[in-house]
Amino acid sequence: MNLIYFIQQKFQKRPSDRQRRTLLQVLHLDAWLLGGIATLAFFGLFILYSASNQQLSVVLQQVAHLMFAALVLFILAQIPPHIYRQWTPGIFAIGLFMLIVVLIVGHVGKGAQRWLPLGIFNFQPSELMKLAVPMMLSWYYAERRLPPNMTDLAISAGIIFVPAFLTAIEPDFGTAFVIIVGGGCVLLFAGIRWRFILLVFLLLLIAAPIIWHSLHAYQQIRILTFINPERAPLGAGYHIIQSKIAVGSGGFFGKGWLKGTQSHLHFLPEHSTDFIFAVIAEELGLFGSIILLMIYVFITARCFYIAYVGQDTYERLLSSGLTLTFFLSAFLNIGMVCGVLPVVGLPLPLVSYGGTSMVTTMAAFGILMAIHMHKKLWEK
Amino acid sequence: MKQKLTIKNTTQEKRCFKYRLVTIGVGAIILIGLLFIRLVYLQIDQHYYYQTLSDKNKIDLVPIPPRRGIIYDRHGEILAKNIAVFSLVVIPDRAKHLKKSLEALRTIIPISPADLEEFDEQLKEHRRFDEIPLKIELSDKEVARFAINRYRFPGFFVKAELIRNYPLGQAFAHVVGYVGRINIVELDQIDTSNYAGTNFIGKVGIEKYYEPQLHGKVGYKKIETDAAGHIIRTLEMNSSESGSDLYLTIDSKLQLVAEQALGDERGAVVAIQPSTGQVLVLASKPSYDPNLFVTGISNQDYQTLQNNEAHPLFNRTVRGLYAPGSTIKPFIALEGLNSQVVTPAEKIFDPGWYRVPNTEHVFHDWKKGGHGWVNISKAIIESCDTFFFNLAYQLGIGRIDYILDLFGFGKMTGIDINEELVGNIPTPEWKMRYVGLPWYTGDTVLCAIGQSYVQVTPLQLAVATATLANRGEILTPYLLYALKRTHHPVAKQLPILKDKLLFDQSEWDIVVKAMSLVTRLGTGYHFGRTSYTVAAKTGTAQVVSRRFKEDENVPYKLRPDSWFIAFAPVNHPKIAIAVLTEHSDSAPIVARKVLDYYLLKEM
Repeated sequence: MNLIYFIQQKFQKRPSDRQRRTLLQVLHLDAWLLGGIATLAFFGLFILYSASNQQLSVVLQQVAHLMFAALVLFILAQIPPHIYRQWTPGIFAIGLFMLIVVLIVGHVGKGAQRWLPLGIFNFQPSELMKLAVPMMLSWYYAERRLPPNMTDLAISAGIIFVPAFLTAIEPDFGTAFVIIVGGGCVLLFAGIRWRFILLVFLLLLIAAPIIWHSLHAYQQIRILTFINPERAPLGAGYHIIQSKIAVGSGGFFGKGWLKGTQSHLHFLPEHSTDFIFAVIAEELGLFGSIILLMIYVFITARCFYIAYVGQDTYERLLSSGLTLTFFLSAFLNIGMVCGVLPVVGLPLPLVSYGGTSMVTTMAAFGILMAIHMHKKLWEK
Repeated sequence: MKQKLTIKNTTQEKRCFKYRLVTIGVGAIILIGLLFIRLVYLQIDQHYYYQTLSDKNKIDLVPIPPRRGIIYDRHGEILAKNIAVFSLVVIPDRAKHLKKSLEALRTIIPISPADLEEFDEQLKEHRRFDEIPLKIELSDKEVARFAINRYRFPGFFVKAELIRNYPLGQAFAHVVGYVGRINIVELDQIDTSNYAGTNFIGKVGIEKYYEPQLHGKVGYKKIETDAAGHIIRTLEMNSSESGSDLYLTIDSKLQLVAEQALGDERGAVVAIQPSTGQVLVLASKPSYDPNLFVTGISNQDYQTLQNNEAHPLFNRTVRGLYAPGSTIKPFIALEGLNSQVVTPAEKIFDPGWYRVPNTEHVFHDWKKGGHGWVNISKAIIESCDTFFFNLAYQLGIGRIDYILDLFGFGKMTGIDINEELVGNIPTPEWKMRYVGLPWYTGDTVLCAIGQSYVQVTPLQLAVATATLANRGEILTPYLLYALKRTHHPVAKQLPILKDKLLFDQSEWDIVVKAMSLVTRLGTGYHFGRTSYTVAAKTGTAQVVSRRFKEDENVPYKLRPDSWFIAFAPVNHPKIAIAVLTEHSDSAPIVARKVLDYYLLKEM
């Protein structure tokens, strides 16, 4: 009811109402963004019920993740942006410190050290870095003259690659990759020159063999199988082949909710987590896939609007950077499921089963809402 | 840091940022567009392809092989049946470390090098996901030992399988034939879907000729499986249709009598029911055990059979080509009478030799001193060569070939097994072409006593004898008595009247009368006296063109073959028989035993 009331308010805004604030405004929540997030989350739960082979417990677990993440979003939305700006160097320093601690005493999980046991739930410092790195860069460029010069870029590289490196040696290639993407997004909005981007690409191309050799064997195989999945139809290429079969066999309207054979008969691996989009495409078809894409586009557009009306460079860079990271995560995941991008182990934001990345994503939205809902009377 | 760098142009930065934001926003829309295109490509354009793959993922077709039809003789005696055996099969695709597993397996179950060799060969011929038999006929102990170790050998299965068994063994090998593993040539010829799950196919004899009827129709089970290959449920079941059971015209008891009568001789016995053309006996000696071939004969066993100089694998009844000798005389005599070259009363004097008119060529009668005055009846009874030399000379090769062709020599009889050979009725053109020499009158003369280039099979001679018994009715010989399809009534095979030879009844009478006296007054005295009437003709086919002295010790291989053709009883013939014994003169004795058993038991 509140939402409807709010929408009515928005459209029937009269000068006399200007002083009156809606409940959402009081709570510092952006209705459009919240609506988009809620739709996506419900869509995710809906498909997770099917993807988990109708295990209600899995869905309830995910609801718990969502509630916790929503709480984080709500709390973060209450904090005015200038506080974030003040705290940014501190958060970054703590994050970096914890990354090092994790490397030393980290709880061993899934063959990689990434968890830090913190009482009731495990905490992943690398997840914090997904936020801290864009914040740190935004903080840095808020003080600097734009576009960045070479010194700025050198410092930015340090801000990005130190935590990325620490994450990568855990080893958590996926998260390190997201950290780099997140940092890169901020740099992109900071006005980094296109030719410089070109230069980085060239350097990457040259460095590729070195990176290749530093990769874990399973990561190398992933890239090789991405190039040619058929080389190992029952080995590493199995994921991609089965995922493409799931997507392709969906057709326009899909096989129907709960009727996907690829996931229910276990041909599709990781169908609740990284490959959940394949379940959507199989059961809901192109139709459902487009709806999902539209929800992502809507959320991204709203967030870009928030960035557009941001009041200072810090707000603008941070919000746009976080938004682009969110968008790219979705893009990379779907691209991976469709077999156009390598399997890098990225979840589909807010849809894939799992609490860790969900909390981070919702936290980012909390920051975005904080930025949008704490307007100062004047612009900087 | 230098002071000037910190001077910020806020408006400029804001404008620059907004420009970037719009650019990147457009970029994001392009990326979404790319995803959209990819999705349309996979889900619309390639939908059918992926749908098929998805179905293939979950739906498995499991063939249900049909039961092979059972073969009985005319009285219901089983000649070929199916027995259950356990065999070890491998699906190479599912086996991990095939070589290692094989090694490990050999410590549990003995696997002979021959089995391994066969397995390696099959491995090359089949696809990786096909079942390949490794060892057939596991003992109960071996089945149990494998069962407890099963988990160690993924891709290896014990399979209960029906295999062919021939309870009467060698006696019927040349009629029934045998089945064996499907080889690569046969794989090209058969409808592979109908043979899914079947390892065996008829190789020779009845098993081959009636393969389509015996095999039946494969059934299918459509099952849904999960990624691990576990069966979730059966979606559809299409039962197989068992192969038809065949009843042969063969009288197995009579055939066994013939087998025993032949004893260790090399030879053939063919007996036909003249009124129908049903083949009662089709025996060829020596023979082999068809059961050896079913599960794949070992190389050594095969070599032994192959190199045996008695040629046990050789089906003499339909593939053995022999000079008919004097058994050809009744047919020539018929043509002589029919063309009025001789009259029944006409006599010639036989001094023991015959000189071809206007030449120096002299041909000797088998009887030194000759038969004296001989008419056509006496010529048949005593098998007078001189008389027939003269008759042949007068008839000419054209008429001789004509009559032999009418009686079915030099042609397929049309019996329902594939191995038949046609033999040869020589013509001047044939001789020119294959021997490279012109036709001499001497060749014609020798044809009349079944020598020269005439070659017939025992079956052809049996059919011709049945034709004599029928007085001209030629019935196609056949082995399939009746066929029983599942859920269908027994379908009986009807006799096929191929042709009717129109000779004067008196001409038949003369020849048949003469033949009926052969065992009593003539050359067939070895046959002895019988309580039933019998029309017969003996024959001696020379293997080399020289005659031996009475007391000469002739090497086995050079001894003449002996023929005996007969039908009995003379007036209402129940059986026509042709017996051949190689390098021996026991054909009449063999024939006697067979006829006695058949006629006296029945009477």
